[in-house]
Amino acid sequence: MSKKSSSTPARISSFVLLVIFITLALSLTALILAISAFNSNEITAYYLLLIGFLGVALSTYVLFQTRKRIKRLSIKTPSVTTTIECRKCGFKSIRDFQRGDYIFKEVDPCQKCNENMLITAIYKEVEEKKKRTRF
Amino acid sequence: MQEPFGEYSWLLNLLFYAFFFVFMFYGQKINTYIMLREVEGSLFKLKYIRDEGRKIVIETIKEIGKPQADPTAKVDRFLEYFTISPQSLDPAGIVGKLEHILDVRDTRFKDDVKLMAPATDKTQANNLENTLEAAMALNFIYKVIRHFYLLGKKTLSLYIIMQIQMILPLVMREAEAYASALKAFADGQPIGDGAGALVAAKLTHGYPKRNIAKDCVVATVPIEGRTAYVIKAEGPGGNVGKPGDGVKTIMEENEGKIASIIMVDAALKLEGEEVGEVAEGVGAAIGGPGVDQFKIEESILKYRVPINAVIIKEDIGDAVSPMRKEIFDAVDKAIERIKQVILEKTKEGNRVIIVGVGNTIGIGQ
Repeated sequence: MSKKSSSTPARISSFVLLVIFITLALSLTALILAISAFNSNEITAYYLLLIGFLGVALSTYVLFQTRKRIKRLSIKTPSVTTTIECRKCGFKSIRDFQRGDYIFKEVDPCQKCNENMLITAIYKEVEEKKKRTRF
Repeated sequence: MQEPFGEYSWLLNLLFYAFFFVFMFYGQKINTYIMLREVEGSLFKLKYIRDEGRKIVIETIKEIGKPQADPTAKVDRFLEYFTISPQSLDPAGIVGKLEHILDVRDTRFKDDVKLMAPATDKTQANNLENTLEAAMALNFIYKVIRHFYLLGKKTLSLYIIMQIQMILPLVMREAEAYASALKAFADGQPIGDGAGALVAAKLTHGYPKRNIAKDCVVATVPIEGRTAYVIKAEGPGGNVGKPGDGVKTIMEENEGKIASIIMVDAALKLEGEEVGEVAEGVGAAIGGPGVDQFKIEESILKYRVPINAVIIKEDIGDAVSPMRKEIFDAVDKAIERIKQVILEKTKEGNRVIIVGVGNTIGIGQ
């Protein structure tokens, strides 16, 4: 689980957006023209279909790429856990990290034996996507 | 056969030739603009990271430092600090000069942190100093990339833009690493670089410690029938200490009668290697500007003491961000490896020095 900072600035320039939407509109027009051209000129219709599909694919790809770049603009704060252990009875508890925690810090008394407990571990767990590689 | 565009086929031919000539004469310019766009995108991200870093620093100072005035102006001044390394035309004695400059820098940073955040204790002040240093690094990276971007834009030189575009993925990785370090430093969480310090902390826990050098502690611990002097930076504040001075003092206290020195540190892994892999070798395993490595090498040369190294592998992002579980688990493996080295390389009753190198933020002793 990771929290992301809330402020994400809008950064797609209006010019880029305009170009994307004009391309999209022209491509859709080409597709409509292609459908109507099927009866009169089949080869032209195929060409228009090709241009239309390419245009739609290209503009949506660029739009998604730009959106992806905006989403990436954030500093991830990983969740860090603190493990507290009782050295006497072995009672163990895990909670979220709190400012002031450090490894080997003595904290509250144990719920079971009333002995002071010790922070024995502070770490984050990362789920790494395994990329298939031959090496 | 019917032509696809009939009477307009000449238009296609014209378009084809137009493209051909445009790319022939303006291909490089187009390439330059594409690269500039790419650098611009990364620069935008760097600016965002830098600004967020600055914000985190100011918020942390306000929260824990309880300053009477707004610290923003002081933080902005701090972010522009620079350090001039000593002249190396005549390299004799340069290590001493470098150490002196680093000491002056450290003292100045500590004084400034105390001025910015008067309510902090030693641990918090050290953590705040580390946070400010990470923000400073982000500011510097942003300004260097911005310099090359603007220079490239001004001159439209493909080669200026190309050199920055080529190293950009590595620069971005480093910037992202510093960005994740900021929060860890601000909160005082143990970081991946502290793996060596954690090894030393686990070995010395429960044994009496004494200060051996500036921001450095040592504990005498019996391990496998040998006497081990375990050195680490004084935690839990963000601190690397001066292990070079620590080793020198212990060597002199024992008149060089040390059977072996074992250094344990986090080391950068190569792509394809697993995080938390433990490896063993010889030499002084210590990074930084080189002052401590030099001092340790001088000491071992004087008394001809063998030096062994145990490293825990991680990448740059792991080194400065909160410690990963894999690295935490690797600490026990490193301790086992140290014991193995002690058994193999020394005899019962011998004295050994174990140095846990790294930033001890979030790690006590």
